[in-house]
Amino acid sequence: MAHNTSMDGIAGLLREIRPEFDFTDSRDFLADGMLDSFDMVTLVATLDKTYAISIEGVDILPEHFKNLDTIAALLRKYKVPL
Amino acid sequence: MNFLFHGKRISGLLALVPQNEASFLEEMKNFNFPTGRSLKLKEVMGYDKHRLVQDGVCVSDLAVFAMQHLLSRGLLDRDHIDALILVTQSPDHLMPPTSSIIQGRLDLNHDMFCLDINQGCAGFIVGLIEACLLLEQPAVRKVVLINADVLSRKTSPRDRNSYPLIGDAASITVIDRSDARDVIYANLKMDGTRHEALMIPAGGLRVPSDAATAVLQDVGDGNLRAKDHLRMDGSAVFNFVQVEVPPMIESLLGTAGVGLEAVDWFLFHQPNRFMLHKLADKMGIPYAKMPSNIVEHFGNSSGVTIPMAIVSNLAARMLGERFRACLAGFGVGLTWGSMLLSLGEMSFCELIEYPNAGAQPQNDA
Repeated sequence: MAHNTSMDGIAGLLREIRPEFDFTDSRDFLADGMLDSFDMVTLVATLDKTYAISIEGVDILPEHFKNLDTIAALLRKYKVPL
Repeated sequence: MNFLFHGKRISGLLALVPQNEASFLEEMKNFNFPTGRSLKLKEVMGYDKHRLVQDGVCVSDLAVFAMQHLLSRGLLDRDHIDALILVTQSPDHLMPPTSSIIQGRLDLNHDMFCLDINQGCAGFIVGLIEACLLLEQPAVRKVVLINADVLSRKTSPRDRNSYPLIGDAASITVIDRSDARDVIYANLKMDGTRHEALMIPAGGLRVPSDAATAVLQDVGDGNLRAKDHLRMDGSAVFNFVQVEVPPMIESLLGTAGVGLEAVDWFLFHQPNRFMLHKLADKMGIPYAKMPSNIVEHFGNSSGVTIPMAIVSNLAARMLGERFRACLAGFGVGLTWGSMLLSLGEMSFCELIEYPNAGAQPQNDA
């Protein structure tokens, strides 16, 4: 199954969790109130399933989920082609 | 800190949950969150049903009911209990010790050792270590370990971070002497600098409870909580578990000279399904060897989730078979500990309910 691994694809996954936000402009989703810690958990489960990876628990830190760039960097660590 | 014990075993295990059951789907309306977000969380974390005591039920009520179940069926002899250890974070009173209340209500012998330990999610490991230490004494031949908590009474129903996962429960574990070839390996670590990650801020002497500490406050993320309620820094606790637990298990098995594949069951404390699966993934443990179904059926009952995992998944097999099991607990303190031991051939291993009709508050004053 092909996945959209562009920034738009990641933003789309985020909008499935919080449809009321756009996610393309913010540099800090957590500080801007767009994601809370439980949304982060939901996002990790979604990324794991979508890209067939298992993001390690020690990587589930706020700094990896601040914006689209940090999420993309995390995915690259798990060999997700972007 | 490493521990090594010879000639001790768990000879019986009983777990008890309140008959009163609540459902996350019904409770969602209490949280300030859209239904869709709550349902996603339900799927990921494993929230579903949880067991909660009714108004006024205390730890000693659950413990006495469970002990009477064993005594009345001849599964435990009141004259052969040398020590009673209670591990709880929700005692009946600040004083006296709730273990003394339990001893008194059961009219047990005076020639015994009663001890309260204030511990939570590592409480089964801490209690077992303490039981084994007592059994090193010639006068102590049988220890009853009680793990029990009624933390739903100290958790805000408007706090989505904590309330959906809380469960009340108790367990009775009988530990006694056995063949000296039985070896138990254990380790335990504590870090009090992180004690604020899990705490009930008010109600002790530092911040006594009063009208102000009972007021619900908006604590962010749409949650309402009072200072009298349980407060959990979910992100800090999650990270603590993921960082500390895998090396702890590696160290335990390394000390024992046992590989992962030689362990039949990994019976870990169950805070939520997501956290357990992340631990299993990190350590390369098949999910089938690490039961993670307690939170969804009963809730997280702190030190009781390991006994609950055993009686819920392995009760019949624990009577006639023996397994090599790796136990792990981690939580308040912060505290983390693990144990490698042989489990099985028990004289009892079952789950019972504390009936709603019997949920009468006890006045021991």
